[in-house]
Amino acid sequence: MPLAETHEIHKRRFGRNLGTALCLVGFCAVVFGLTIAKVREGGLLEANDHQPRASVLPITEETGQ
Amino acid sequence: MSDATANTQVQTGSYEPGFGDYVLLLKPRVMSLVVFTALVGLLVAPVGVSPMVGFTAILFIALGAGASGALNMWYDADIDAVMKRTAKRPVPAGKVPAGEALTLGLWLSALSVVMLGLATNWFAAGLLAFTIFFYAVIYTMWLKRSTPWNIVIGGAAGAFPPMIGWAAVTGDVSLASILMFGLTFMWTPPHFWALALFMKSDYHEADVPMLTVTHGRKETRRQVLIYTVLLAPVALGLAFTEVAGPVYLAAAIVLNAIFLKGAWDIWRRDEAVAEADNYAVEKKVFKFSLLYLFLHFGALLVDAIWRLI
Repeated sequence: MPLAETHEIHKRRFGRNLGTALCLVGFCAVVFGLTIAKVREGGLLEANDHQPRASVLPITEETGQ
Repeated sequence: MSDATANTQVQTGSYEPGFGDYVLLLKPRVMSLVVFTALVGLLVAPVGVSPMVGFTAILFIALGAGASGALNMWYDADIDAVMKRTAKRPVPAGKVPAGEALTLGLWLSALSVVMLGLATNWFAAGLLAFTIFFYAVIYTMWLKRSTPWNIVIGGAAGAFPPMIGWAAVTGDVSLASILMFGLTFMWTPPHFWALALFMKSDYHEADVPMLTVTHGRKETRRQVLIYTVLLAPVALGLAFTEVAGPVYLAAAIVLNAIFLKGAWDIWRRDEAVAEADNYAVEKKVFKFSLLYLFLHFGALLVDAIWRLI
């Protein structure tokens, strides 16, 4: 029997490979979506550029914030 | 591999697991309950969360539950093979090697905990890790085979998801989340003992010390009633927290009255009567118990939506 002939076991193997591939693609999509969501949530964060800014000072009566 | 080798493998029909066999290792029916209760815990919490973060949290809580299911199937393959209800599971049926179930369970456990921690907070991730440990080690490896109270203590594992859902958005526990935990925790014994009463021979043959086996069926009937009575104040107590409203209160009153009546009926019956009608009351109470939990959490969700309108 040539290998090219499709057997039930080949179908099952293909299904398993397809399922694994879809899971991996899904996982990548979740990580990507989560990254976007986290970046948007952190919109008020500022990188430290070594410049004094009112927005990064602690809230006190003097600063009035 | 030569063509001849490949053909021999195909012809002898050595079973190669399909994708569905691995999915079954994760106990999808249990996962659906976990998804629902965790989702309610997450949605009724008084803190907003972005839909993507919420989706990710539920996904990995469910995956963590699935991982503990795979670990359970790896360890329990011997007793699963004996019990009619579980004999067709992938490991005892010979579809998936036990070692693969263990590997899958361990990897998915690590993945789900780390991803939940990264997506939400490490308190929720810690709770998920503890839940997996509790179900796989405390319940499966220790309690299940050693004490008839396995269901009572082990029920905690199934009760954690709404608490994890809540913690995922608040980073904390509260009276409401503890009572959501308590609702599932107290519900588990009467639910499983009602099942054990009509799945007569299964636990006995597997030598699992179920209450029906160690203390007899009359005592099991008494315990179903006791735990249903203890469940009612927990369910009603939740109605007076910030997460519940009039819909939950009304649902809790009606559902607990019906469940108490069912437990009372189970307690009043003896074995001869039960056998005569093929355990009709026990089966009815078991089915109702599924609806009971679903409707309680459903009512919490309705109240949460009501508050938003």
